[in-house]
Amino acid sequence: MKYEPLKAPEGDLRDHLIVIGNGMAGCRAVEELLARDPARYRVTIFGAEPRVNYNRIMLSPVLAGEKTFEEIVLNGHDWYADHGITLLSGDPVVAIDREARTVTSRSGLTLHYDRLLIATGSDPFIIPVPGHDLPGVVSFRDMHDVEAMLAAADRGGSAVVIGGGLLGLEAAHGLSLRGMKVTVLHLMPTLMERQLDEAAGWLLKTALEARGQTILTGADTAALVGDGRVEGVRLKDGTEIAADLVVMAVGIRPSVALARQAGLEVGRGIRVDDHMVTSDPAILAVGECVEHDGQVYGLVAPLWDMCRALADGLVEAPSGYRPAPTSTKLKVAGLDVFSAGDFSGGGGAEDIVLRDAARGIYKRVVVRDDRIVGAVLYGDTADGNWYFDLLKRGTSVADIRDALIFGQAFASGGGQTDPKAAVAALSDDAEICGCNGVSKGRVLACIDGGAHGLDSVRAGCKASASCGSCTGIVESLLALRLGSEVEAGPKTMCKCTSFGHDDVRREIVAQAMRSIPEVMQKLHWSTPDGCSSCRPALNYYLLCALPGEYVDDQQSRFVNERMHANIQKDGTYSVVPRMWGGLTNPRELRAIADVVEKFNAPMVKVTGGQRLDIFGIKKEDLPAVWADLNAAGMVSGHAYGKSLRTVKTCVGSEWCRFGTQDSTGLGVKIERATWGSWMPHKFKIAVSGCPRNCAEATIKDFGVVCVDSGYELHVGGNGGIKVRATDLLCKVATEAEAMEMCAAFIQLYREEARYLERTAPWIERVGLDYVQSRLLPDAEARGDLARRFWFSQQFMQDDPWAARAAGADREQHAPMARFTPAEAMA
Amino acid sequence: MTGEWLDIGWAEEIPLRGARTISVEGGDDIAVFRTGEDRVFALLDRCPHKHGRLSQGIVHGGAVACPLHNWRISLATGEALGEDKGCTPTVPVKISGGRVLVCRAGLMRAAA
Repeated sequence: MKYEPLKAPEGDLRDHLIVIGNGMAGCRAVEELLARDPARYRVTIFGAEPRVNYNRIMLSPVLAGEKTFEEIVLNGHDWYADHGITLLSGDPVVAIDREARTVTSRSGLTLHYDRLLIATGSDPFIIPVPGHDLPGVVSFRDMHDVEAMLAAADRGGSAVVIGGGLLGLEAAHGLSLRGMKVTVLHLMPTLMERQLDEAAGWLLKTALEARGQTILTGADTAALVGDGRVEGVRLKDGTEIAADLVVMAVGIRPSVALARQAGLEVGRGIRVDDHMVTSDPAILAVGECVEHDGQVYGLVAPLWDMCRALADGLVEAPSGYRPAPTSTKLKVAGLDVFSAGDFSGGGGAEDIVLRDAARGIYKRVVVRDDRIVGAVLYGDTADGNWYFDLLKRGTSVADIRDALIFGQAFASGGGQTDPKAAVAALSDDAEICGCNGVSKGRVLACIDGGAHGLDSVRAGCKASASCGSCTGIVESLLALRLGSEVEAGPKTMCKCTSFGHDDVRREIVAQAMRSIPEVMQKLHWSTPDGCSSCRPALNYYLLCALPGEYVDDQQSRFVNERMHANIQKDGTYSVVPRMWGGLTNPRELRAIADVVEKFNAPMVKVTGGQRLDIFGIKKEDLPAVWADLNAAGMVSGHAYGKSLRTVKTCVGSEWCRFGTQDSTGLGVKIERATWGSWMPHKFKIAVSGCPRNCAEATIKDFGVVCVDSGYELHVGGNGGIKVRATDLLCKVATEAEAMEMCAAFIQLYREEARYLERTAPWIERVGLDYVQSRLLPDAEARGDLARRFWFSQQFMQDDPWAARAAGADREQHAPMARFTPAEAMA
Repeated sequence: MTGEWLDIGWAEEIPLRGARTISVEGGDDIAVFRTGEDRVFALLDRCPHKHGRLSQGIVHGGAVACPLHNWRISLATGEALGEDKGCTPTVPVKISGGRVLVCRAGLMRAAA
């Protein structure tokens, strides 16, 4: 895409800076330059990929389904436009003419530069074994690779990932989540051997195997086999592993072809000095394509430092790049792995090790001359930043050595963990956000500059905007700086967790979690057993994710759902039996009348949902009331639940002179199909027999309005505090189609809305277009949703009253002991 | 003459993270709670706010959330937590040999 005229605008005499590479390094360098002197250069960026600048290290979460591409974009089109930057994407530079100071792109465009910045990054290393060029063999480097992997995962089958390093394991994790059977082949005996020692590598291997991946270490690939398309991998020991997809993630190599062709000095990478200048003073290079002082780099942190040094040089305030130790984190949900510095041991290095097998924790800090030189943390990485900060600063740990391994809170005195004190103690240049290279000082400056909430900090300096693992630290910094002035974001589920509803739901499914304690353990809940906000939500999410398997946790239900009746202000309950479609008969009415008299119910009321509500029933009497109602054929009306409430109907074509269809009959059918289902919030349905809409279908969660030619289906209505009329979802011709669409809509809502979010705010949040896109164009996808609902329903349509009337959970209704005043006083 | 403690039943009869009640004829119920850490507490079954039945609330940590308006009440002290102000009488309770024992005097005072 071309945004700006390619010739300098008339009168623009600024030097022209051309950047080859639209990746993380190239764009970051330009950002750093703009931050120093926004007007100094006219900037043009060439990108090989046909995209805007995105965060390459977040490709793993995209593969794993935790992020979308849009969420990992670092700079969208407006950034280029706002800064007058010309972006030429999808058009790689193919030649540099240093004499003429021009570059030429594949499309034949030749542009003159004053300064040239090469940021071509690296290329994935492809092992030159037979079959490496077969279709179905991909690397894991860019969005194109991710798309290829996603397409393969859609077809299912098995995948082999060659390479058990950071990238390979993240690829394996993503493909495994996407439903593929994954085998990881690693040449070395230990996974991630460059970042982990043997003990942590073993723990990691065990954890991945427990998730269903096959991990083969010491596995040397001999050939990729297949006829016209990859079908398997053959190892040197003769083993063959079937594969529909092979991902090569064995390493990267600096991309130097262009520089070499231009005659620049090239070793393993493009050689640069401390100011990122190549052997040609007009040409700079930065990122994974460079070699500095004999070193090449593949991690993101040094790249940020290089960009700072480069920008300082470009504005003639040279600072110089000095390599610093690096740290890494594995981005695999639920597996916390951190390593930093040198942990090879030897040469006077001493190890301090903590193992807690039961909790799956392994920590190792390597100390030399009273200073930390390396750290490996597995299972509990909370103190990673602290160790890394001590390491980078070269702080003496002589005084805290005894307590060092127990972490910052303990070593700084006091057994209490105070995250704020821990964060306050970090130095200003301590790195907070590893994904975006943001230091504590920069976060504080951003807060001081007016960012008073998590969202504005994320927007302002990008801290915690990518993987989110540093969210807690950023929140602590906000609290430190602003106290109670922090703007609350609607982000987290409750105070027990730093995760939002969507994150929690995603992880429950991704990690196949099966119980509330497991969710709290794996997602690091800060309270022992949650609170009255998160427990009901988690109970629902698990119930929705595991129909027929999850055992409902009664103690995580609100009282009404535990007692299957509505608590009233005096502590008694009201009871609403179901009346299908609002229909009743003499037998039911007699039974209700009898109950009212027998239990001295002080009031009976006709509800808005076309049924009868019996008030003033004591907790102890509920089972007997239900037994009497059951005997007349009535079941629970779920008037108390985050569940299907009623299906309101009008009399329709059977009686009404305006009726166009059998609205009463359809309402009964819909209620019979949907009753008993638990939902994120209460859910009301209505069916009107003609557009006069006597059943008020257009203020219901799902409303049907019958017309001569079929059925209009409406969604997202609400008659509560904020009245909202429905949106028209679609029109269908038959009852069967209406029933299917109803089931599919309910299931979409059940699976994707947040707990306690009615359909109205949910639709306003995600958009009607989105809901339609999930339900209308793809009949198969709609059918899948409906089938999931019906599958779940077979476990839900047990009348909870019948079980209680028969004696289940008897203790919930009876006191544990009774005393007379005499007994109590005796 | 029985002792100062009244035996009300086995601790297991109270659900973990749940509650049961003791009724005293003519007085308010007493709620007996069992926390996730298997500790037992007893309070008058009446929220200081609008008299909600605390025995019907969600028990979490060392607190219970009232079912009517979600006030959080400390099980140990009966005090409302957070911004809310108010206090529910506590009743001394202990476990001995797996049996739950409630202090007779406490029961009287609370239920009076």
